[in-house]
Parts: sequence; structure tokens; C-alpha cells
Amino acid sequence: MSPTNYLLLSGLLFTVGAIGVLVRRNAIVVFMCIELMLNAVNLSLVTFARINGQLDGQVMAFFVMVVAAAEVVVGLAIIMSIFRTRRSSSVDDANLLKY
Amino acid sequence: MIALAQVAPLTAPPIDYAAIAPLLVVLGGACVSVLFEAFLPRHQRWPAQVALSVLVVAVAGIALGVYAGSAPVAGIVTLASALSVDGPTLFLWGTLLVLGFGSLLLIADRSVEPGGAFIASAVERASVAAAPGTTTGPTGVDPEHVDRSYGAPGEAPTMQTEVFPFVLFALGGMMAFVAANDLLTMFVALEVLSLPLYLVCGLARRRRLLSQEAAVKYFLLGAFASAFFLYGLALLYGYAGSVKLVAIATAAVGTPRSDALLFGGLALLVVGLLFKGSVGPFHTWTPDVYQGAPTPITAFMAACTKVAAFGALLRVLHVAFGSTHWEWRGVMWAVAIASMVIGAVLGLTQTDLKRMIAYSSVAHAGFLLLGVMAITPEGVSSTLFYLLAYGFTTLAVFGVISLVRNADGEATHLSQWAGLAKRSPILAGVMTFLLLGLAGIPLTSGFTAKFAVFSAALGDGMAPLVVIALVASAVAAFFYLRVIVLMYFSETPEDGPTVTVPGAFTTVAITLGVVVTLLLGVVPTLVLGWAGAGGLTG
Repeated sequence: MSPTNYLLLSGLLFTVGAIGVLVRRNAIVVFMCIELMLNAVNLSLVTFARINGQLDGQVMAFFVMVVAAAEVVVGLAIIMSIFRTRRSSSVDDANLLKY
Repeated sequence: MIALAQVAPLTAPPIDYAAIAPLLVVLGGACVSVLFEAFLPRHQRWPAQVALSVLVVAVAGIALGVYAGSAPVAGIVTLASALSVDGPTLFLWGTLLVLGFGSLLLIADRSVEPGGAFIASAVERASVAAAPGTTTGPTGVDPEHVDRSYGAPGEAPTMQTEVFPFVLFALGGMMAFVAANDLLTMFVALEVLSLPLYLVCGLARRRRLLSQEAAVKYFLLGAFASAFFLYGLALLYGYAGSVKLVAIATAAVGTPRSDALLFGGLALLVVGLLFKGSVGPFHTWTPDVYQGAPTPITAFMAACTKVAAFGALLRVLHVAFGSTHWEWRGVMWAVAIASMVIGAVLGLTQTDLKRMIAYSSVAHAGFLLLGVMAITPEGVSSTLFYLLAYGFTTLAVFGVISLVRNADGEATHLSQWAGLAKRSPILAGVMTFLLLGLAGIPLTSGFTAKFAVFSAALGDGMAPLVVIALVASAVAAFFYLRVIVLMYFSETPEDGPTVTVPGAFTTVAITLGVVVTLLLGVVPTLVLGWAGAGGLTG
């Protein structure tokens, strides 16, 4: 199968993730959509590594995974702390700062 | 199996430790700071962390000075060409270290409010102040817990000293960010600088709803933007077969691959960087986060993050995309115009001082973009100079804002600043000078910085953009002057805020900002020469 298909799939997943970030209301789901975007990038990195005949892209995918894991730790900590004070994880409820 | 056997043994790349010593010192200091947090008893942490942070920044500064004295003018590339230590890098490192030092002083200060901006718990403080031992109440804090986190009764309240390792890690990430010579290093550095910043935004315990909301907004939007950066990285890797900036520049000159990958990648990559620099249409997080975060952290973000983001943007656009600038410049024109207009016009409508300075930072980001877009040596040196000047002025502005308080904490609403000059002429005078600096009045650093950036842009054929920038800075000057008029020519309200007498730390930070703002306005040649020494090395 042509590697281009994987690039298309990666682009599709990235778009699904980006649309999810924009339309979903729950902070956890928004965060999961961001993770989906990062993993879409991983897929395209690995595909490009295959197309270019190198290992660099695969190594980069590992870097992305580590960074994504660190991001999960920080993100969930922040969402937890706001959930404890507000009893809600909806991004619409956090509306004190505006204009 | 045969292929495996033929692979030559890997040799470790040579590392120029002298060149990257400042970076290593800051990151190492951050690790030690984490250990302090883990092993020192609570009451010893504040002095130890403050001493360690100041020591780390000082040692890194000395290492930088020693290396800069003997550094090759052309700059070097080290660590398997992951980091490029050249003239602009050294300049930005120096800027970041000094601004970081100023921010650390603001963060460490406990005299302005009891326990500092990062007190461990506002609830516990209140309950102990009422009556130790009878503290259950709605939060269910048991007395033993109170004693442990609060220290002995009558003692000064403890502060969340976790903020020090976070700030040091963020500072280290920023230093790596401006020196990154390939996109992967840049991405990792971006996250190393961002993740601690997301956390420190939410550390305030006194207006914690605002603070946590700022942290959530900054985190979700920041992670969204870094995903765009990463997809841009992947597309550019597909285009050039490498993420090294020089390799991308080489590939852009002659390769059979489609330009869609190159410019699609560039667009996504730049979106991530513009977000960090709070430029134009990607600024939406800036007012909310600047307002909600504890003020010392806002100072740190406003000064240092701006320096780091524009340092990295400068490197990407000049080293990797300098040869194709005719293709992307049109889009960047639109971004720069949008940023200046949004910052100047929306700044007019603000009623909160911190939000107003946030919109001012969006406008300044637009001016900075003029310098970045000029692919000339003057473009680089004027951008560096502007970053230095803007960083010090804005650091001092937030230092001053943190001093005007009422019973609820900081009084940031504009109406509360009315007639402040009668109550505290010195504070009003300092604020006036700093706001004039931001507006770009002669004899302040703002004027020389704007002049340098605009003349670099003119020299590279961007005359229409300079005209728009001049109009935008005239509009922006209006809202700075409005604050000055409010301070001097308005009646003082009955329940107006009080001006706290700052402790030594805050005084030093504000003085540093004011002195640099004045010096760069009067004798700019000194630093301009340094900013222009040596170009970007890929």
C-alpha cells in the first residue's frame, strides 16, 4: 500500500482532533483531542521516515511520546485543581476572565 | 541481520561544554531546587530556594560572560548541531538571565503581602489568624494540618516554594529554545518552558478561581498551539528529510518535492511560535492569562516568554526560511498588521490595568514582527534590542502594579488608580515614566527600540507597514496616557487602594527596570553594538 495513504489518515486524525478541541466543552475531552493531534503527528513522522528511508522520524516519534506523557501529567493536575474548586470540568463554566 | 552487523559503532558527538555552560547551570540548578523541595524542612525552604536561585542565575551569568569574552564571532554549533551558540544566542541568554533574575526577585518578595503571592493556603492563613485550634469550618482543614503547613503560630506564613524550581526550569527551557538549531530540540525546549509556566499560572491561593482559570486556558490553548508546531515539524521533515534548520534552507533551494509541504509546514510551525509570542490573531490567551496569573508570574511571562518566542522565531525565519522570504512575507505582513491593530484598538477599551498591558504586549509583538521580517543584519540586531528594552520596561510595570493594593489584594481596576499621584508621588512618577517608555517617547528605551525596528523594516522595503506601525503606536500611546491622566488629574475615590512600601527585592527589580529603560533611551549605542555583533549561525 502506498505510504501516502498513511499521510492522509494522519491529516484526517489531526483535523478530527483540531475540530474536537474547538467544539467539545469538557476539559478532559478537549485534552484527549489534543493528544489525538499529537498522535496524528507521530503517524506522519513515522510515515515520512519510511518514505525518506531513515530512522530519524521514528526516533522523533519517541520524543513526542515522552513530551505528550509529561503534558498529560501537567494537564490533568491543572484540570483536577480547577475541578476541586468549581466541581465542574466544563470549559464554558470558567468564565470569570473576559473582555 | 546482515544490515545490523554492518552498522558502524556510534561515536558520541563532541560537546563544547564552555559554550553551553550557562544552559547546563540553569537546568542543573533547577534539578537541585527540586531536591531542596523534597528534602528540606518547610521553614528552611524559602531562604534556601531564594539563595539557590540567585546563585544559579549569577553563576550562569558569569559562565556566559567568561565564554562571551573569548567566543568566536561567527558562533559555533555544538551537541550534534542541536544547539547553535552565536552572537544572538549569547545576547538573548544574557537578556533572559537578567530578566529572569528580576522576575525571581519579584516572586521571592514576601513583604508586599504576607507570605508573598504564593502563600501555601489562603484559607489556612485566615483560620489561623482567627483562632488556632478551632479551625474546622467548611473546608475541613484539621488543626494538625494547619500547623504543619503554616509553621508555628505567630511565624510568618510559608509560601509555596515549588515556584522556584518551576521558574528555573522555564528559564532553562527558554535558553534552549532561543539556541535550538533543529526543530526537534526547539519542540522539546518549547515544552520545557511551557509546562512549568502552565503550572505557576495556577499557583495563586488568594484569587484562586481566577488563577486556576488562567492556568486551564493557558494550558489547553498552549497544548493546542504546540500540536500545530509539531505537525509543521512533521511536514518539514517530510519535505527536507531532516529537521535541521540549515537542511531545510538547503532543501528549499532545490528539491523535487512539492512546495505544499514546505509552506504548509512553515505556516503550522509559525502558528505555534506566534502563539507563544502572543502575536496578532493568536493572542486570545494573553489578556486572560496576564490578568489571572499571580502578578510576579505575569511579569516573568511578559518579559521572558516574549524574548524566548521571538528569539526562536527569528532563528526559524532567518536561518531556515531566509532564502524563501518573498513567498511568506505577504502573510506575515497581514499577521503584523492584525497584531498591531488588535493590540492598539482593543487596548483602548480595557478597564483593568493588567489586561491593558496584555493588549499593549500584543501591539508590541506586532512591532517586533517588523524587525523579524527584515531579513538583514539590522533586522536581527534591532529585534534583539527591542526585546531587551521591552522586557525591562514591562517587568518594572508589573512590579509597580503589584504594589497598589486594597483589602482584596491587588487593585488593578483603572478607576482605583484615580488620583494616585496625590497619595504616592514616587510610585505615580515611576509608573508614568514606564508607561511613556512603553508608548515610545524619546529619552526612554521604547523610542530607541521602535526607531531601530522601524528603520530596519524601512531598509528592507516595508515602508507601508512602517506607516501602519506608526499610526498604531500613536493609537496605543492614547491608552498609556489615559492612565497617566487618571493618576494625576482625577479625584481620589473614598475607598481608594493603598500603596504598599516595597521590600528590598521588589525595589531592586523595579529599579533595575527603570534604570535600564532610561539608560537604553539615553545611551543606546552601547547595547546596540553588542546586539549587532555576529549573525545567526545555522
